[in-house]
Amino acid sequence: MHPPATAAPPRAPATENGSGAPPRRPAVAPRRRNRLLDRWVSPIALLVGWQLGASLGILPERLLPAPSTVAATALGLLQDGSLVDAVGVSLQRVLTGFAIGATAGIALAVVVGLSRWGDNLVDPPLQMLRTVPIFGLIPLFILWFGIGETPKVALVALAVTIPLYVNTAAGIRGVDPKFRDVAHVLRLSRLGVIRHVVLPGSLPGLLVGLRLSLGSAWLALIVAEQINADAGLGFMINSAREFLRTDIVVLGLIVYSLLGLITDAFVRLLERRALVWRRAFGTR
Amino acid sequence: MAARFRHPVNGAAAARPAAVDGTADQSAALDGGASRATAVDATADRPAAPEAAASGGAAAEVRGLSRAFDGRPVLADVDLRIESGEFVALLGRSGSGKSTLLRVLAGLDREAEGTVAASDSAMVAFQEPRLLPWKRVWANIALGLDGTAPKEAAVAALGEVGLADHADAWPLTLSGGEAQRASLARALVREPELLLLDEPFGALDALTRITMHDLVLHLWRRHLPGVLLVTHDVDEALLLADRVLVLADGRIAHEEHIGLPRPRHRDADALLHARDRLLAVLGVHPTGDR
Ligand SMILES: Nc1ncnc2c1ncn2[C@@H]1O[C@H](COP(=O)(O)OP(=O)(O)OP(=O)(O)O)[C@@H](O)[C@H]1O
Ligand SMILES: [Mg+2]
Repeated sequence: MHPPATAAPPRAPATENGSGAPPRRPAVAPRRRNRLLDRWVSPIALLVGWQLGASLGILPERLLPAPSTVAATALGLLQDGSLVDAVGVSLQRVLTGFAIGATAGIALAVVVGLSRWGDNLVDPPLQMLRTVPIFGLIPLFILWFGIGETPKVALVALAVTIPLYVNTAAGIRGVDPKFRDVAHVLRLSRLGVIRHVVLPGSLPGLLVGLRLSLGSAWLALIVAEQINADAGLGFMINSAREFLRTDIVVLGLIVYSLLGLITDAFVRLLERRALVWRRAFGTR
Repeated sequence: MAARFRHPVNGAAAARPAAVDGTADQSAALDGGASRATAVDATADRPAAPEAAASGGAAAEVRGLSRAFDGRPVLADVDLRIESGEFVALLGRSGSGKSTLLRVLAGLDREAEGTVAASDSAMVAFQEPRLLPWKRVWANIALGLDGTAPKEAAVAALGEVGLADHADAWPLTLSGGEAQRASLARALVREPELLLLDEPFGALDALTRITMHDLVLHLWRRHLPGVLLVTHDVDEALLLADRVLVLADGRIAHEEHIGLPRPRHRDADALLHARDRLLAVLGVHPTGDR
């Protein structure tokens, strides 16, 4: 993701107007807006170009339909409810898999981060699992779980577990041992240490893991849905391909990326709220 | 108030001063006979419960304490006793092992050898403030406090160190001296029987330092904890402490009893000689300020 203008510290635009002008506060707001607009110029130009190319017949409709066609298709599928249904099915797969994977990943990381035995016993197999290309597991999953919902959810769960585990465990290991001394002196219980020291201290790592794992959750879903599905976005795309409905294929891809964007924005929001204590320092 | 051995030193060894501890008897009853006195904990594998401890009133007692890092000895056979309600200052050059000794007393060092008995309500103000950055200042102070109104207690303690306004701030926004005062408040709010202060005034300006001296003396008089104050400042030690110790070459190399009533003036005659002697032990020729 590109660093969005909104995440930049307030003084960044002021330094950008460079040229020796004293950074005047009132000048900041308009410049920020301009910069945001600047960043939209090329995407919009591409879209216009695409539309023009299609309308003028330079881009064959069969290979890449015009944006207007895709929009019309979207409207149609929204009206007959099939797009909503497909998104609903896919979303449910991703959320179920994510919930399972996140629970497992964080729980394993806590076990590993807090006990030497946990570290010795649990970490090595997980690190090995990390090197297994998870899409290579699909045939195995189909043999194990059949072709229903289970292998798809399992694949998503696994795709979530690994990055979340790795980053959370690293976050927990990275918690300054001095803070554990503090916890000891304040006589916190073991649970208190986890709640007040270990988890908040590893939150930066956990959130990185969360973002990565959501990304791989969507990826795993897309791949799993390509293999076999009788409902959901992947099924919609696959059957569209059989009928040469390029517009639906493109629409499916757009929906996938929108969903990815939304979850990413959600994590950003979470990050902003959970790490205020760091921001307070940065903007001081 | 039960003071007991919180931390086994050198494996399972854990002796405690029986007279300070109502529960010692019950553990002594379990003792297989390795001990000569009632003052030995059941789990003790070294029967070294010090006699002196049995006479009661110690906030902390250390016998034959040794600690080495990677084969390099830092503490070698340290004996130290802090009576309850006694104010002890510990001087020593940088790297002489003051913080190491303090960590042992706080129960944070399990690899030291020797016997250690310390009140189980020991509190530490560490050399760096060590506030949890993800908790607001008041929540840092209130952390682990039980009681009906931990926040009120925390804010009151912050008020005592002049930080009431910063109760809701994030620790990373505090100045060095403010953070140190917050850390002091965190230790004081629990009214410990043993207060371990590791250079708590290091980052303070001279004026705030004087205020904090008064505050610590005030709180000390009110709760009468045993205090071990680690400092580099000979004058600070002389102004505050009943007893000033010098740690050098891994052991307590010198001891000064300061009988002078407080408040003391740094130029008081009685302090002059003590200062010269301390400086001499520290290897400083008494011409400079330190
Ligand atoms: N965990 C550790 N591992 C290795 N060496 C250590 C460790 N802790 C302390 N030391 C060493 O022990 C010696 C004493 O350290 P300590 O922190 O007790 O000194 P100090 O007297 O508190 O010094 P200062 O006044 O500078 O705070 C130092 O040489 C230090 O390098
Ligand atoms: Mg030190």
